[in-house]
Amino acid sequence: MNGEKPIEGERKVFMTGNEVVAWGALAAGAEIMYGYPITPQNEIMHYWARLGPKFGKRFLQTEDELSAGFTTIGGVLTGKRAFTATAGPGNVLMQEPLSMAEAMRIPTVVVIQQRGGPSTATVIYSQQEVTLTCFGGNGEGLRVVYATASHQELFDYTIKAFNTAWRYRFPAFILGDGYQAKMRESLVIYDPAARGIEMISPEPLVGKTGVPGTDREAAHLRNAFSVEEELLHALGDDIEEYERVAPEIIEYDAFNTTEADLLVVAHGVVFRSVAMAVRELVNQGERVGYFRPITLRPFPGTQLREAAQGAEQLLVVESAYGQLNKLVLENLYGSNVPVRTLFRPGVGITPEEVNEECRALLAGKEA
Amino acid sequence: MEILPKMPKSWNPASKPHKFCPGCGHGLVLKALGQAIDELGIQDRLVFGCDIGCSLLAWDFFNVDTVQTHHGRTTPVMVGIKRARPELVTVAYMGDGGGYAIGSQHLVNAATRNDIITCILVNNTNYAMTGGQMAPTTIPGQKTETTPYGRDVAEAGYPMLGPEMVATISHEGAYVARGSVAKFRQLKGYLKKALENQMAGRGFSFIEALSTCPTNWRTNAEQTWAFVEETMPKYFPLGELKFPGGKEE
Repeated sequence: MNGEKPIEGERKVFMTGNEVVAWGALAAGAEIMYGYPITPQNEIMHYWARLGPKFGKRFLQTEDELSAGFTTIGGVLTGKRAFTATAGPGNVLMQEPLSMAEAMRIPTVVVIQQRGGPSTATVIYSQQEVTLTCFGGNGEGLRVVYATASHQELFDYTIKAFNTAWRYRFPAFILGDGYQAKMRESLVIYDPAARGIEMISPEPLVGKTGVPGTDREAAHLRNAFSVEEELLHALGDDIEEYERVAPEIIEYDAFNTTEADLLVVAHGVVFRSVAMAVRELVNQGERVGYFRPITLRPFPGTQLREAAQGAEQLLVVESAYGQLNKLVLENLYGSNVPVRTLFRPGVGITPEEVNEECRALLAGKEA
Repeated sequence: MEILPKMPKSWNPASKPHKFCPGCGHGLVLKALGQAIDELGIQDRLVFGCDIGCSLLAWDFFNVDTVQTHHGRTTPVMVGIKRARPELVTVAYMGDGGGYAIGSQHLVNAATRNDIITCILVNNTNYAMTGGQMAPTTIPGQKTETTPYGRDVAEAGYPMLGPEMVATISHEGAYVARGSVAKFRQLKGYLKKALENQMAGRGFSFIEALSTCPTNWRTNAEQTWAFVEETMPKYFPLGELKFPGGKEE
C-alpha cells in the first residue's frame, strides 16, 4: 500500500471531526504524527495510528506534550510533514516547543481541539484557548491560527495548514473544539491534486546531503543569542516578514455588513449558531449582519473595521469570557461603535440564544 | 616551530577558540566526540543537538548539522529526528540539570522505548551557566550557590546516578557507560561505541562524562583536576554498565 494515495479523487463521508483531521493529514501527505493522549483530541491519534501504516506513515506516542511538541519539531527539521494534536492543559505544555518553532521558523502543524478551562475543567468543549493558541509562549504570536467551524473546514484547513506552514515557515494551527472533534457530520474528503491544490514540498533543515564544511555549510540552528541587538535583528526580520505576508494569509467571512445596524462577530463552531440566527433575522427583515474571522492570527482587522463601519452596534459571541473580544477591541481601536457581548465560557451557544440577544439589542434593550 | 594539536576534521574551525571557560571539560568531551565522528566517517549524516546551559555554547562547535533546543528538550528533538529519518545519526548533548532534572522524563522514556539515539550527558556537579546552583549530581557536602553550607542529604537528597538508572530501565541492545575527561582515551572509546551502537540499530546509547567546572567550583588547576579525577569517581564510578557490542578494555 506504500505509495498509494489515501484518497483517490473525492468521496462523500460521514465521520467525526477527529477522524476528519486524520484523513486531512493523510491527504496532505503528512508523514509522521507525534502525540500524547488528551481528550478531546485522542481519536486523531487513534485513526492516524490505524490508517497510517497502510500508507507507510509513522506514529510515536510520547511521554507528554512537551515531548510531542519537540519530537514534532525534530520531524519537521528533517524535511517531513510532521504534526501533533492536543487540547487544554496539553496546549499549555505545547507552548514551550511551539515558542521554539516560532523563534526558529520551524513549520510545525498542530491541531487544537479546545476543551473547557481553566485547568482540567471539562473534556467537552470551549473557545477558551484562543489567547493561548494565538499568543502562547514567551513570544510575539508569529503564527497562523485557523478557527474552523465545520467538518468540511477541518479537512480543508488541515491540508491548508501544511501548505501555509511550509510556504511561510510560521507554525500553523487548526483551532477546533470538542464539539467538532466528537460529533459526526457529512463532508467530502478528497485528494488535493484532484482539486488542483498543489502541496508545497517540505525541505530538510538538518540532514541535508553532502559533508558540512566541505560540500556545503553546516546548519547551525539556534534560538539563544548573546546580545540584545542580535535578538532584535533576528526577531525584527521575522516580525517584518509576518506583517508582510499577513494579508495573503488572512481569511474571513462576512454577510450583510453594509445593511446591518447590528453586526455579530463570532468564530469557530459558535459562528454556526450566529450564521443561522443572523440569516433567520435577515429573512424576517431585520438589519443584522455577521463577521467571522477564519484566521485569528493574523487577524482580519482592516476587514473587521470596514464591516463595522456602518453598524450602530457590535455583538461579540463566544464560548469564553472575552478572548475573541480582546482581539476585536484591539482591532477596532479608535472606532466608537459600541461593543456588546454574549460570553458563555466553556459552554455551547444555540442559534436561539443569539437570536434572542440580537432582538433585544435591536429593540434597544440590553439583554 | 610551534606545533598545534590537530583539531578533529568535524570541528568547525571558524568557531575556535571555543566559547567555554578556561579549564572547562566541555572542550575535551567535544574533542573526544569529534575524533569519534571522524573515525566513523559520519560527519555527513550526524545531527548534533545541544541543550540549554553551558552545552548550548556548542551550537556552532562542529561542522555538522546542529540544532540548539530548550532546557531538557534535546532528547525529544533528537528522537523526533531519528523517528522521521532513521538513516541519520543523532546525538543529544546535555548537562546534568537538563538530563536528570528538567528533562528526566525524556531520558527515562527514550531509554524505555529503546530509541536508537545517542545521549551524552556532561556531569560537572552543578548548574554552571546560571551561576553555580545545586544540580542533581552535586555531591554530599558540596557547596553551591543554593547549598551555601554544603549539600545536606537530609534536606537536599543524594546525587543522581544516571547511568545506573538508565542501565536498569533500558533493554537489550542499549549501551550505557560513564567516562571522564580525566580518562580521555577511555571516554573517546565509550563515545565511539555509543555511536556505533546507534549505527548498528541496536538500541539506546547513553554516556555520562564526568567533567570540570573551575569557574563555579572556585578551584585552581590542581584542585580542579583532583576533584574530577579523585573525588567524583567515588560517587560516580567509571566504566561500562551495559555493552551489547562487547566491553571496552
